[in-house]
Amino acid sequence: MLDWLFASPAERRLLPGGRFRGPTPFVIAIMTFAMMTVAAAGLALSNAAGLVVQGVENRYAVQIPAGSGLLPRALAAARSAPGVNQAVPVPEAEMRLTLERWLGPAGVDAELPVPALITLDLADHANPAAIAARIETAAPGARFTAHREVLEPLLRAIRVLKWLALSLVALMAAATSAAVVLAARGALDTHRSTIEVMHGVGATDHQVTNLFQRKIALDSFAGAVAGAIAAALILLLLAGGGTAFAGDLMGTSPLHGSDLVTLALLPLALVVLATWVARTAVLATLRQAT
Amino acid sequence: MLRDLDFRLGRGNFYFLTGPSGAGKTSLLRLLYLAQRPTRGRIRLFGEELSDAPRDILPGFRRRIGVVFQDFRLIRHLSAFDNVALPLRISGKSEVEVEGPVREMLAWVGLADRASARPATLSGGEQQRVAIARAVISQPEILVADEPTGNVDAEMAERLLHLFVALNRLGTTVVVATHDVGLIAATPGAQMVRLENGSMVDPTGSLRNPPPPPHFAPEGQR
Repeated sequence: MLDWLFASPAERRLLPGGRFRGPTPFVIAIMTFAMMTVAAAGLALSNAAGLVVQGVENRYAVQIPAGSGLLPRALAAARSAPGVNQAVPVPEAEMRLTLERWLGPAGVDAELPVPALITLDLADHANPAAIAARIETAAPGARFTAHREVLEPLLRAIRVLKWLALSLVALMAAATSAAVVLAARGALDTHRSTIEVMHGVGATDHQVTNLFQRKIALDSFAGAVAGAIAAALILLLLAGGGTAFAGDLMGTSPLHGSDLVTLALLPLALVVLATWVARTAVLATLRQAT
Repeated sequence: MLRDLDFRLGRGNFYFLTGPSGAGKTSLLRLLYLAQRPTRGRIRLFGEELSDAPRDILPGFRRRIGVVFQDFRLIRHLSAFDNVALPLRISGKSEVEVEGPVREMLAWVGLADRASARPATLSGGEQQRVAIARAVISQPEILVADEPTGNVDAEMAERLLHLFVALNRLGTTVVVATHDVGLIAATPGAQMVRLENGSMVDPTGSLRNPPPPPHFAPEGQR
């Protein structure tokens, strides 16, 4: 199956020129680097979104517009509701501090009415609607909100970015394929006389194709290794700096083991893609001839 | 452009293809060695209809045809040895099977000491001899040569002709396009095919019903 990869010295001499002479290794190196960094960013974003969702999945807030008057009743109703793991009132001082960030000194003004707030952590099996109804009965006007709803715009933005990263990876793969097609056609043009002679003495299209396929596979492999090393260095550098912050926020590394495997497989996938595209392009071009 | 061609090449015969420049000799040879397909008409080689044969089966037939191109078509980055060895390697021969015959063939065309030379360092005549060695190395059933002696001296031309005749005697059908009247005169028994303006001149009809080759005919009929 991989016979084409192991050409004899005589076969190798048919296509002259050492490796790294054409554009292929450089294009593949750049594309590998770009694909790995974009894919790493997409995976990190996806993981971050997952962690955020996990963190707020069962977290709810109860807002009581009337203020602290109804807080004890609402708190008691919440704590006695089945499925509530924890119900914690947010201290008014903390609320005012938060408001101060937005409103300035007016935020801590005692005249400014501040709603009372309770944060709830529910069990997985809890029924949020029933709990909300129970609290609203105890404290009419209380608003029961899922944290997830509040964060939904952010989560949506992260999802969009994740798909954007995936699309960019696919686009780069397509651009690589186009570059390989051009490189393969250029190589065919350069070696046209050799190909004519080979055909003349009875070479099959597959024999001719194998030579080009092997050359492009080796060039792509060299480029992919170079690009992967560069990308790994950049990612390590980022992991030691910027993403450490993200890691602190998330309490874990932004990339999982499976993500690292995915990233490691990307250069290999690119080499396989480039080789397949080269083979297809060369065969198609040869078949357009006589 | 070739037109109204209708002829048969007898197996094992020797043909000279002649005609003025532009008469269509090279085009006819290209059809013969399957480098080109006819826009109309049929070509039957080795008992097979090949005019519109699938591309994949053509290499097998091309391996049975040796070609000496007018412009040599040597692969410039390969040595003389590698150029001559190409048909054998393409047909899947191992290096052990390639070494002996190629050295022998190079010696025969007088280039034993130039085996590792690249075409650019060879004279026109030497390149011609390498091209001929490459064409005959795999003992083809048909040998097609386009002006094979155009770049060699008289002595080498005679040696090459002897090689062609020897191959012909072994059963190879030889078709040589040439202007060299001396070459034609020195090959008794060869038939002449004349092209003019893309059409064949065949007043005797011998090209439609070719006689058997003299050396294949029964002893008493030679």
